[in-house]
Amino acid sequence: MNVVTPVAQVLVVAGGSPLLVGVMRQVRARLEGRAGPGVGQPWRDLRKLLRKEPITPRGTSEVFRLAPLVLAATTLVAAAASPFLATTSALDPIADLFAVVAVLTLGAVVLALAGLDTGTAFGGMGASREMTITALVEPTLLMATFALSVRVGSTNLGAITTATLHDPGRVLSPVSLLAVVALAVAVIAETGRLPVDNPSTHLELTMVHEAMILEYAGPDLALVEWASAMRLTVFLGLLATLFAPFGIAVTASPSALALAAAAFALKVTVLGVALAVAEVFLAKLRLFRVPELLAGSFLLGLLAVAASFFLA
Amino acid sequence: MWRLWRKIRKTGRVAEPAPARPAGPLTSVAARLGGSVQIRHVDAGSCNGCEVEIGSAFGPVHDAERYGARLVASPRHADALLVTGAVTRNMVEPLRRTYDAVPGPKLVVAVGDCARDCGVFKGAYGVVGSVGDVLPVEVSVPGCPPTPEAITAALRGITGR
Repeated sequence: MNVVTPVAQVLVVAGGSPLLVGVMRQVRARLEGRAGPGVGQPWRDLRKLLRKEPITPRGTSEVFRLAPLVLAATTLVAAAASPFLATTSALDPIADLFAVVAVLTLGAVVLALAGLDTGTAFGGMGASREMTITALVEPTLLMATFALSVRVGSTNLGAITTATLHDPGRVLSPVSLLAVVALAVAVIAETGRLPVDNPSTHLELTMVHEAMILEYAGPDLALVEWASAMRLTVFLGLLATLFAPFGIAVTASPSALALAAAAFALKVTVLGVALAVAEVFLAKLRLFRVPELLAGSFLLGLLAVAASFFLA
Repeated sequence: MWRLWRKIRKTGRVAEPAPARPAGPLTSVAARLGGSVQIRHVDAGSCNGCEVEIGSAFGPVHDAERYGARLVASPRHADALLVTGAVTRNMVEPLRRTYDAVPGPKLVVAVGDCARDCGVFKGAYGVVGSVGDVLPVEVSVPGCPPTPEAITAALRGITGR
């Protein structure tokens, strides 16, 4: 039983995700001609929020109080189960494509319920928008990774990664290229980045993710922000692991794991920086145009699945 | 997109070099925030002159964000309220409720002469008083309107950076 890998993955994702957000904000600031608050600012924000007074608004129920915990817990489970650092892990049996996507969706649904639970106009609006986007994104996520699993004959993420490690040429196959575009759009929508949602907006009417968490304060807000950063890391990590699994350890030796952790950090940082640079050039899409974008990515996912049968 | 990229390359960094950190020890509330201050701006009856200067303080040139201050969308996310303008009758209750919605430790920054002592609106029939008459004010920034430099310096006194 290799329990070192899941623990290491959780530590890397939990500790590194605020730094990833810090790097992305810093890149954006530099491109906008600003100096930026530094890479460590998200950790400073979290430290301060954890020391603040917890406030729950009048009229909210247990759903509101439990949502941050469920969101963080589901994200940590996904971080532990996915084959980020090694393909042999104690959690390998549950690192199933459907299980990981379902666990991540559970977090999104619980946060939407919490947004409804506040009873405010913006909370409900954010929840309804989030659910609209999630309902369109989930099929694409499943379809794109399903296209990759057809050739392997298994929906186990570890098996898909191992197959790609043994045959790196697969990455450049039409199936893989179609799937990577579909999955990238789905990941951008699911993590609430431009052009679907603007993570730094102050305008309540345009918010999606932010509108649901407007009522959180203190330690609860810290947990939600931290979990959101971890979700971003997990989704970018999945993208990197499925399409560029290079550096992932096949044995569980400490040196291989350390090397894999460095490779994982490098890949996720490169993806994050690319996303931050792209965001500078993009404006937010009108909400009614978002389904068009997501339908396009679903079509690419569908083509990837079709190609995986016909071009196999 | 290519044109925007060329413009980014040509413009480079527009943020001015950071001036020396304002002297003086941090207040007890500011020290507990540890270099990260989320700010909710409340317009209690301002003419929007101060808002323009606040916008400028958070713009690329003065970049108050580099010192750890950030504007947020909800008082529940905030550590500090940035209140501008003389408090009008209609804004007394919303201002108090906003203050109550902020989790402690919290502080109030009064920006501009109107927020400090009602300025030219002193004694007007729609005005209740200065921000200090309604809420405990920790820091006040004089000026009509205050310069972005003065606002940034006041915020640095809270973030300590």
